[in-house]
Amino acid sequence: MFKYYGKTAPYLFLLPAGIVLLIFFFIPFFQTIFLSFQNYSTNIYHSNFSGLQNYIEIIHNPIFYKVMWNTLLYLILAVPVLVIFPLFLAVLINQKIKGITLYKILIYLPVIVSIVVAAIAFKWLYAEQGILNYILNVFHIKSIGWLTDPKYAIYSVILVTIWKGIGYYMMIYLAALMSVPKELYEACDIDGAGFFRKHLTVTIPHIMPTIALVTTISSISAMKIFAEIYVMTKGGPLNSTKTIVYYIYEKAFENLDLGYASAMAVILLVIVMVFSLVNILCFERNKYQL
Amino acid sequence: MMGGKCYKNLWIHVILITVSLLSLFPFIWLLSTSLKGTGENIFAYPPTIIPKDFTFANYIGVWHKVDLMRYFINSMIVAGGTVLLNLILSSLAGYPLARMEFKGKKIAFFAILATIMVPFQAIMLPVYLITLKLHLVDSVNDTLGFIGLIMPFAVSAFGIFLMRQAFLAIPKEMEEAAIIDGCNVFQVFCKVLLPMVKPSLAVLAIFTFIGSWGEFLWPSIVLTKEAMYTLPVGVNNLQGMFSSNWRFIAAGSIISTIPIIIFFLAMQKYFISGENEGAIKG
Repeated sequence: MFKYYGKTAPYLFLLPAGIVLLIFFFIPFFQTIFLSFQNYSTNIYHSNFSGLQNYIEIIHNPIFYKVMWNTLLYLILAVPVLVIFPLFLAVLINQKIKGITLYKILIYLPVIVSIVVAAIAFKWLYAEQGILNYILNVFHIKSIGWLTDPKYAIYSVILVTIWKGIGYYMMIYLAALMSVPKELYEACDIDGAGFFRKHLTVTIPHIMPTIALVTTISSISAMKIFAEIYVMTKGGPLNSTKTIVYYIYEKAFENLDLGYASAMAVILLVIVMVFSLVNILCFERNKYQL
Repeated sequence: MMGGKCYKNLWIHVILITVSLLSLFPFIWLLSTSLKGTGENIFAYPPTIIPKDFTFANYIGVWHKVDLMRYFINSMIVAGGTVLLNLILSSLAGYPLARMEFKGKKIAFFAILATIMVPFQAIMLPVYLITLKLHLVDSVNDTLGFIGLIMPFAVSAFGIFLMRQAFLAIPKEMEEAAIIDGCNVFQVFCKVLLPMVKPSLAVLAIFTFIGSWGEFLWPSIVLTKEAMYTLPVGVNNLQGMFSSNWRFIAAGSIISTIPIIIFFLAMQKYFISGENEGAIKG
């Protein structure tokens, strides 16, 4: 093809997006790293280079370990549920039965609704004299402080995240299931394979890349949890629901300890980047045509 | 054989109905509470789903005390602006990445790809400091406040790559014909190419809208004036305003959800057709 554009044209097209990304992405990115080596703890208008001091403070702070533990809980509880259960639902929904569209709409509804409304709705379910405690009482179990007892609060919050994510991952699986050749299922039917045999031998091997993709993206979102915590518990009681992002928020915007918050942000950055890199290099090559 | 099939479908329906009800239940319970009058104990054991003292008074009450309409308009301005800028900036940037050869193309490509790996949450503090420095905050004036809410999300790598893909799929002959007809590169872009990527623009618009509509973290950091609150921030604020008046909190939350549910139902094919997956992610 002949070249019909001038030398400057490509740059002009890229310029507007480039300016926005420069100001609101690249500069803040490097500034985060820079700030993480600054000490702001005595005066927020004045800082000085402090080397690794913020990082050293972080690793000596017990709250940091609590925060990392909560994130780990999210990874080991929410991620497996969000990888397996939506797949199961997608397999059920991916057949010719009545009411499919209605099921899809209802199961997808939590994804669409604002996380703030979802968190408020759950806070109401979790109320001290709320409906969940009533159900426990019916089974002769004592009421629990779903959001007020440090033993249970993190699980209550994780449940909200799971509830809100199921529909999203189910739709990702449904898209992947469309690509499984129908003949393979027919062959299974002829062999007389049951539901579980059929899906274990045909479906799962076929959509393994999607399962891996869902694992990485649900892990990444588990590390970015904020709104649920902010609306329901503010990280309490006793830091029992504090997540990395909530911790950064608190340090930056409530304690105004910019250096410490930035060092924490760098830690988040490194963890998320590792997951994202795996994601892009292994599962999303097609999307970006690398 | 027939019986076996019925039985098989029955258990599928039982599971799907159960999951649907569990998805819906938190909203149903909120709706039920919002419709209960002061004559009914909302903490009654056993709980009642159908209100005994049925009333719309909570809705009227919360509507008069809280400017939900204002929050709605603010959300519309922010989501509308974000969508518009994403459509323009993403298609502009996607085009040369798909179609042109130039120095630094690889660098531009990987720089944009890199932004996918960095979560906003990790850089939000400097973004806030920069926004302050540029005076894009509501304490200066409302317009600048809106710009500050929009700009950090005005373009995304997701959008740029989506548009790049769309442009890659267009046959090159289309452009060649337009060039021969005497169009310059900007005319080719606007008159020939943009109309051909409408489906991708629609997908980008819808998912950007949903993302922007639900955004909570950024507005709760930058906003200082109640009159500038977007719906999620305003709804969260109901908790503080009505402390333990759950009837009002419930009514306000339900009202705030109506617009996005209408939007979802109208656009449902984009969400549940299974074609655009991986598009939305907060």
